[in-house]
Parts: sequence; C-alpha cells; structure tokens
Amino acid sequence: MMSFISYLLNGLSLGSVYAIIALGYTMVYGIAKMLNFAHGDILMVGGYAAFIALNSLGLPVPVSVLVSMVVCTLLGITIEKVAYKPLRKANSLSVLITAIGVSYLLQNLAQLIFTANPKSFSSFVGIEPIKLAGGQLTVSGETVVTIFTCVIIVAGLVTFINKTKAGQAMLAVSEDKGAATLMGVDVNGTISLTFAIGSALAAIGGILLCSAYPTLTPTTGAMPGIKAFVAAVLGGIGSIPGAFIGGIILGVLENLAKAYISSKLSDAIVFSVLIIVLLVKPTGILGKKIMEKV
Amino acid sequence: MSIMLDVKDLNVYYGVIHALKGISFHVNKGEIVTLIGANGAGKTTTLQTITGLIPARSGSVMYNGREIIHTPGHQLVANGLAHVPEGRRVFATLSVYQNLMLGAYTRKDKDGIEATLRTVYEHFPRLLERKNQMAGTLSGGEQQMLAMGRALMSNPEMVVLDEPSMGLSPIYVNEIFNIIEKIHDSGVTVLLVEQNANKALSIADRAYVLETGNITIEGAAQDLANDPKVKAAYLSE
Ligand SMILES: Nc1ncnc2c1ncn2[C@@H]1O[C@H](COP(=O)(O)OP(=O)(O)OP(=O)(O)O)[C@@H](O)[C@H]1O
Ligand SMILES: [Mg+2]
Repeated sequence: MMSFISYLLNGLSLGSVYAIIALGYTMVYGIAKMLNFAHGDILMVGGYAAFIALNSLGLPVPVSVLVSMVVCTLLGITIEKVAYKPLRKANSLSVLITAIGVSYLLQNLAQLIFTANPKSFSSFVGIEPIKLAGGQLTVSGETVVTIFTCVIIVAGLVTFINKTKAGQAMLAVSEDKGAATLMGVDVNGTISLTFAIGSALAAIGGILLCSAYPTLTPTTGAMPGIKAFVAAVLGGIGSIPGAFIGGIILGVLENLAKAYISSKLSDAIVFSVLIIVLLVKPTGILGKKIMEKV
Repeated sequence: MSIMLDVKDLNVYYGVIHALKGISFHVNKGEIVTLIGANGAGKTTTLQTITGLIPARSGSVMYNGREIIHTPGHQLVANGLAHVPEGRRVFATLSVYQNLMLGAYTRKDKDGIEATLRTVYEHFPRLLERKNQMAGTLSGGEQQMLAMGRALMSNPEMVVLDEPSMGLSPIYVNEIFNIIEKIHDSGVTVLLVEQNANKALSIADRAYVLETGNITIEGAAQDLANDPKVKAAYLSE
C-alpha cells in the first residue's frame, strides 16, 4: 500500500512537470494555431540557464529561477519573431517543419556550447524529505514543490485568462484573429505574449524536471517535450485545464506502469492510452466541440 | 457638411485577382451611406480594406482628415471606427457579456463602458436576457445583434456594417434596420453594405452601386431607388 502511494506521488510529481510544459504547448496551439515542437528544447535551455546561474555564477535559487525564466522568455519571443511570424500565412506543414528545425538547432547549439556530457544538476529544492505514516512513507521535497507549483500555475493561468483583459484578448485571438483585430486587439502582440508565458513556464518545468532527475544534457527536453505534447492532446489541445489533467494522467500512468507492469513498456502503454482516448474522443478529454450557427 | 470617410482610387488585389479597381467614394459626418452590389462585387473587400484587415495596393483612405491606409487594423477602433463584419463573427465560446466587453477592449473609462453597456442592452434587450449564454448558441438574429452591440461598445463615431440582414427572417430584418436607424439617430455615422437594396435605400441618405470592383452608379438613395437600371438589377418588388 505504502509503495503504491509512493509511486502515485512520484507520478503526480512527474505529471505536474508534464502539465507545466503542456500548458505552453496548448496555449501556443490555441492562440497561434501551431505546434511548437521546439518547446521541449526551450525547457532544456532553461535548465542550462538555471544551472549556470546557480552553479557557475553562484546566484541564489530564486534569482537563478528568474534568470532562467527571463532567458526562456526572450528565447521564446525571438524564435516566434524570427522563425514563425514570417510563416503566419504559410501552410501548417511548413510551420511544423520549421519548428522541428528550430528544435534541432537548439539541441545542436547546446551541444556546441555545453558538449554532450551530462551536467549534474543540483536540486533547486531545499526542502527536506517529509516522512509520513510513522516513517513508512517518504515524500521528497521535489515532489511536494513540483505538485504545489503546478497547481498554483494552473490556477493563476485560469484566473489570468478569465479575469484580465489580456486573457480575454487571448481567447478572442484564439477564436478569430480578424474579429479580434476589429476589437482593437494587437494580434501579433498577443501571440508574442503567449510565447513569452509558455516559455517562462517551460523554464520552471525544466528546473523542476532537472531537480527531480538531475542529469542535464542537450536532449533533456526532447522526451518530456513529446510527453507534454501527448498530455496536451490527451487533455484536449487548446484547453488549459485539459493540459493539467492530461499531464497528471500521463505522469501517474507512466509511473504506475513502470512499477507494476514493465519499465521498458511504460512508454508504449502511455502512448496506447493516448490512441485509445483519441479513438473514443478525438478532441481529447476536455477538447471543445464548438457549436457554430451559420 | 464635413467628410468623415474619404476613399480615393482604391486598388486591392487578391494575388492576381483585381478585386477593387480604383474605387472612390465618401461618407459625410452624420450620414447613412449604403454600398450595394451583387455577390462578389467587392463590398466586403472594400470594408475590410478600410478597417485594415486587407492591405491595399494603392489609393487613399482618409478618416477624419487622416490617412489610415497603412494604419494597422487594431488601431482603428480606438479612433472611433467600428466594423460589424460579414457573418457576424462573434466569439462563439465566450459569453454574450464577454463578447460585449471585448468590444470595449480599447477603452479605459470604466464608468463610460458601464453607461455604453446599458445603452446596448436598451437597444438589444435580448442580449441582457442572455448575457451569460455562450455566443455560439445564440440564434442567427441574436448573433447579429451581438455583433452590432459589440461594435457599439467601442463608442464609435462611425460604424461600417457588412450585410447585417443576411440570412435573417423578415421580422429580424426589420428589427435590425430599425436599430441601425436608432444608432444613426444617436449620432453615429453609418456605412452600410447590403444585398437587401430595398431596405438599405429606404434608410440611406446616399448610395453607391458596386459592380465587379467598380462603382457604376451613385447618388441620393431616393434617386437610386427610382432608377430603372438599379430597379431591374437590385430591387425586387
Ligand atoms: N481571400 C480571397 N482570396 C481570393 N479572392 C478573394 C478573396 N476574398 C474575396 N475574393 C474575391 O474578390 C471578389 C470580391 O469579393 P467580396 O467578398 O469583396 O465580395 P462581396 O461583394 O462582399 O460579395 P458577397 O455579397 O457575396 O459578400 C470576389 O470575386 C471574390 O471571389
Ligand atoms: Mg461580402
């Protein structure tokens, strides 16, 4: 029983990381209508930025987090401006190929600068493990902080979208760029803002991921990026609560499959679940089916 | 009478298609001007070029004496120029209220927005009844009201309306035209694109006929309504 709870908590923690990354995927998809396959690599850059800030520059943890977020925000905005914006009217396949190109570019640049040798990432979480149930259950500080951070981020984003003008503008742009323009919404500015938020979240996701799994390489972001994409699709791409639910389900499933079935098959199981869910509900768990009157 | 909107030699292309072939027309402050024409004549293209959704190849669009042909679309509404687009284009997944508030996106005067919201609800009591309903679930006529209400939320000096009566039952058509007149009476200048030429000419001061990218007839709305050519082509009995 205790081991089950422990696997579950680890799953929740991993799922929270997926969710934080998936939020960026889903927001960018919802607003710019593109899959930013370089999103996972932004996370990796965030990891390196945080690593340098903390270990090489000796900055305090909160400042290092901030540095990493700023670096990723600037990177995200720049990628959007340079690589994606010129393709705003191109077909989605060109955009997708460009995104994959950006992904490899970031990985190769990281390899050039940091080499492929893994860096051992020291945890950003200074909380001691918590012992529960008379010492039978140990919950790491990383687990607690990751789950907590994820919940705060989701709640914050939902509030931002529903309660602020900028959030409403995002919803308007995601539905109809032309109509949003007529309302006075700066569509390009809104897309930039979306990339900025998504990339800042990727930085947080990267730090939390590397704190729990402390090896940092140029491909650190690749697999979590794909998993987060799966989580976003599973939850219903474009939906913020969907990204949260999708991420959590994915993380828990992956950890339980690893523990009880086979650690080799866990990814296969996770992807099978995706396929089954999409067969039953092609828009994902919380995917919107917009009713439109003509 | 001062000219509010002055369009000169406007040329617009879609790739190689020459959609607007150097059209010129104007709208005086306080007028209702209608632009009528068959499907594909270029009416929507004209309005979208004016409000910056489509770039022009050449020509000039002066609004209140200022050249706006290169002004980004999103900056126009803050200058008092609102556009009710063809097909309504309400934000389907947002509530009626959220749609209306997006109409006031560029405004900062909280009290003013509240006051405008009350006026909009007076024009369209149906929107007040349904303020929490998702816009996508409104009927076509209600969506048209919402699209108009949303444009009014910016407190415009001028509205351009693109076929507001399209696809509506006769009762709704009458209601929409009544409201256009009311909006006009409250001091808003109106540029109205319509295929329902009967109705449009009955409320307009002046009119232009657009045929495949050219303005072919212009004059007082009353005169056009009696013009045999216009009657034959655009007015059904
Ligand atoms: N995005 C586009 N790409 C290519 N051609 C277009 C595009 N939009 C409009 N056109 C063409 O430009 C011409 C004018 O179209 P427009 O929509 O302005 O006509 P309209 O007068 O509004 O017609 P309707 O009454 O059917 O709405 C048409 O021949 C149309 O096919
Ligand atoms: Mg049209």
